[in-house]
Amino acid sequence: MLTSSEQLEKRFTLYKFHSIPDKAHFLNSNKASIRAVVGNASAGADAQLIHQLPNLEIVSSFSVGLDKIDLAKCKERGIRVTNTPDVLTDDVADLAIGLMLAVLRRLCQSDRYVRSGQWKKGDFKLTTKFTGKSVGIIGLGRIGLAIAKRAEAFRCPISYHARTEKSDVNYKYYPSVVELAANCQILVVACALTEETRHIINREVINALGPKGVLINIGRGPHVDEPELVSALVQGRLGGAGLDVFQDEPNVPEELFGLENVVLLPHVGSGTMETRKEMADLVIGNLEAHFLNRPLLTPVL
Amino acid sequence: MAGENPNFQNTDPPTVLVHRFPSFDFPPGNRLSTQFHLLDPITSPPTSPVLLHSIRALLCIGPVPVTPETLNRLPSLQIIVGSSAGVDHIDLTECRRRNIAVTNAGSAFSEDTADYAVALLFGVLRRLPAGDRYVRDGFWPVNGDFPLGFKLGAKRVGILGLGSIGSEVAKRLAAFGCSIAYFSRKKKTSVLFPYYENAIDLAANSDVLIVCCALNDETHHIVNKDVMVALGKEGVIINVGRGPLVDEKQLVEFLVRGELGGAGLDVFENEPNVPKELLERDNVVLSPHCSVATPESFEALQDVIIANLKAFFSNKPLVSPVQKD
Repeated sequence: MLTSSEQLEKRFTLYKFHSIPDKAHFLNSNKASIRAVVGNASAGADAQLIHQLPNLEIVSSFSVGLDKIDLAKCKERGIRVTNTPDVLTDDVADLAIGLMLAVLRRLCQSDRYVRSGQWKKGDFKLTTKFTGKSVGIIGLGRIGLAIAKRAEAFRCPISYHARTEKSDVNYKYYPSVVELAANCQILVVACALTEETRHIINREVINALGPKGVLINIGRGPHVDEPELVSALVQGRLGGAGLDVFQDEPNVPEELFGLENVVLLPHVGSGTMETRKEMADLVIGNLEAHFLNRPLLTPVL
Repeated sequence: MAGENPNFQNTDPPTVLVHRFPSFDFPPGNRLSTQFHLLDPITSPPTSPVLLHSIRALLCIGPVPVTPETLNRLPSLQIIVGSSAGVDHIDLTECRRRNIAVTNAGSAFSEDTADYAVALLFGVLRRLPAGDRYVRDGFWPVNGDFPLGFKLGAKRVGILGLGSIGSEVAKRLAAFGCSIAYFSRKKKTSVLFPYYENAIDLAANSDVLIVCCALNDETHHIVNKDVMVALGKEGVIINVGRGPLVDEKQLVEFLVRGELGGAGLDVFENEPNVPKELLERDNVVLSPHCSVATPESFEALQDVIIANLKAFFSNKPLVSPVQKD
């Protein structure tokens, strides 16, 4: 099976921008010929790049998140934008629950306990039951709803906050994130990253969640005020955290490395063989559709 | 028999003999000692053998064996109250012969154990402990992206033993989109999941095998070499039952040769010893027999134990009797 890069290389002339040492020189020499950009969760097309590519027609993102793309600029220039919705919903929702289980039941620490030989000296300590814990979800879109459905199988009461209350769900709505945090034991970030949702998890929310509360972030690093989160965890003001995303990936605050009430993952939300193939198919499908003048598969713009 | 009275609230609490290894005990502050007169030979050896002869109820804390010799010392014994879901350490045949009822933890542990089975499966398929190690050891900035895992919902899950724990596992994994099938001693008429008549057929039609049946003579090494071959090279085995349900030596060989995709193990054949080959593998998640180790489980267990003892001393139906085969 070809990798995404290999598949792109078969059909298009592919430049791997992140591997190019002198980006300015490269852009100067090639800008006129570049008609498409393939981005992902870490890099897309900001205003500067768009400005430097006068013949850019389409940005196809290998992600559902659009926070790395200057959508306003794209709209202004008439540049098409596509992403990869739906195909990764299950994996990301699965991971949210996986993180909840891993944090509450100390899965990683238990594994370490056995591997380091400590079990021979005595039993591991008691952890905390996951079933029945109340789960608060920020953002009840595709991913948020998928998380809710899974958590319900564990008898978790579900509550949520979103821009507007949804009339077709049975979950309790809270008009503010702080109120949601104060009324749930596990808070999960599942909304898009926009100007409004940057640092939606701040000191006030963290304090409301409290010393027995657990934060799960499968959204974007900048959803969380990371220094605040780190100090709350280190000081015990927050009970625990399961984090798949960080402010400045792949760098993770080292103060977290020594904590046993956190699970840290290297942005693997959609990281399965099955889903990455579907995402790649969508990216390539969208590019091919564009260049063949056919309707785009998953257009945002 | 002195002191035994259905309305025991008005008299001395009934006596229950405690049977445990010295290293095993209930967490302090348990509610049992307020409801019953617990006689613990380890902390206060009985002064008179006649006392043992009048014991009607035995509380087994932990997996301490109950053998014919144990039973010979307690001629008046009528009930053994276990503190675990598994009762493989109790000689059930002897108990049946002497008309001694046996109760277990019932469904007190089922949710926690099911949660843990799912956690282990996540650990293997989505590589959680390995990913966490990758970050903490500083490899992410140096080595880049972490290797891909596998989608949960794409897996066909085969549950070995659809009792209380197996049913809770099925309910949870169905919500992730997994297709569920099972093998049990008898087909369950009220269950819609496909049933297979034996472990090999189940394995042949599954990608993941979750072992949560009771350990007895028939189920010893129920997951053997043939089952592992049927499961296949990408197959994953999750064991939250008892170590001896799986042929551990074969399991290690299959994993080392790459003939099995991975394993999540909470129990082992010779705890706390774990085969060292497993300690070196990244496609294995290990845990120190802690699937029920939550405060909530122990509260629920105390509820079940108290309920069973109260029912026994009031001549009412027991709450969680171990079913006869």
